[in-house]
Amino acid sequence: MASKTKTKAVARRKKPEHYADAKPGQAWPSALYALLQEHGIKQVALVPDAGHAPLIKLCEADPSMTMVRLSTEEEGVALLGGAWLGGQRGVLLMQSSGVGNCINMLSLSSMCQFPLLMLITMRGDHGEFNAAQIPMGQATQTVLEAMGVIVKRADRADEVIDAVEGAMKLAYNGYRATAVLLGQKLLGAKDFRKLAQVE
Amino acid sequence: MAKRLKRRRVVETLLADRGDLLVIGGLGAPAWDITAAGDHPNNFPMWGAMGGAAVLGLGLALAQPKRNVLVVTGDGEMLMGIGSLATIGISKAPNLSIVVLDNEAYGETGQQDTATKHGVSLSGIARACAMKDCRDINTMVEVQALRDRIHQGGGSLFAQIKIDPEKIPLVLPPRDSTFIKNRMRVSILGQSALHD
Repeated sequence: MASKTKTKAVARRKKPEHYADAKPGQAWPSALYALLQEHGIKQVALVPDAGHAPLIKLCEADPSMTMVRLSTEEEGVALLGGAWLGGQRGVLLMQSSGVGNCINMLSLSSMCQFPLLMLITMRGDHGEFNAAQIPMGQATQTVLEAMGVIVKRADRADEVIDAVEGAMKLAYNGYRATAVLLGQKLLGAKDFRKLAQVE
Repeated sequence: MAKRLKRRRVVETLLADRGDLLVIGGLGAPAWDITAAGDHPNNFPMWGAMGGAAVLGLGLALAQPKRNVLVVTGDGEMLMGIGSLATIGISKAPNLSIVVLDNEAYGETGQQDTATKHGVSLSGIARACAMKDCRDINTMVEVQALRDRIHQGGGSLFAQIKIDPEKIPLVLPPRDSTFIKNRMRVSILGQSALHD
């Protein structure tokens, strides 16, 4: 019996990885958190995505950052406009599917020249399992650019900090809306078939 | 039915002796109403971004915790951003008040019915979204009490005020939103805001 229990425990450890850990132990989320802190980011607005999970955890643990949990991503565009009116910088975290929700609200950034930094984890981009993610994922960059947002991409870990720092400077030095797309090559793609397996 | 309140009188009362109150006006008539009460550097009338007024107020309230922030908006605008009441409710910003002027219609587009005309309670939704002080208001006595509460620091305050769906002349704020933005930032943060 004892050995059977042991086998089971091993099998449990081998359960499919969660998407958030598709590429565990990467260093870039910590470096990204440090960058946001260094540049005085105070409001972290988000609709969560697994690709953002490590960064969210780091920001949550920082008492100098206020986490704002949004019902829909477009709220973040307006929220961070208000933050800027009051003298605070922020960042908006979302998955690519949320970009579609933001379209008209991005008029606010444009008409007011509010600085805006969006960090967007990609779905439907590279190796996607879920067909539902592909239409918005493929349209993400086009939609953002159609609304006048400056878009940068990072597909490798060593590109993340440079892309985000560059976008943040354009946003806060130039009063522009910017987005960094964190690609699925960087984040990994989850395999739903594996997630559906039972022990 | 009792006579409905007049929107301009309601807003003038809310903004009387406004001190350093920061005021967001949602797109359409509420933006004209806060301007009719007196154009002011601490006003942020919105020319667009429907559904964003309340949560823009949240961002400002979080950034300026020592100032009181009032969002004045309409029922249609609030309905479009209805999910933001959950965002605001859980944020527990102690200095944010939201007032909805409810004429039960999309006034700017030809007085078509909104959902509040058909039984939807915005104050009920706000209450269910964990906002602390949620009021339904139908009289000027209640408006005066609301004004005093807002100026003491609203503290997760939401009020739905039934108003007359009257058509009245527009009072337009400055048209360039970058001007409105910079004017408010200088008023709150001082001249240094122009060098941030």
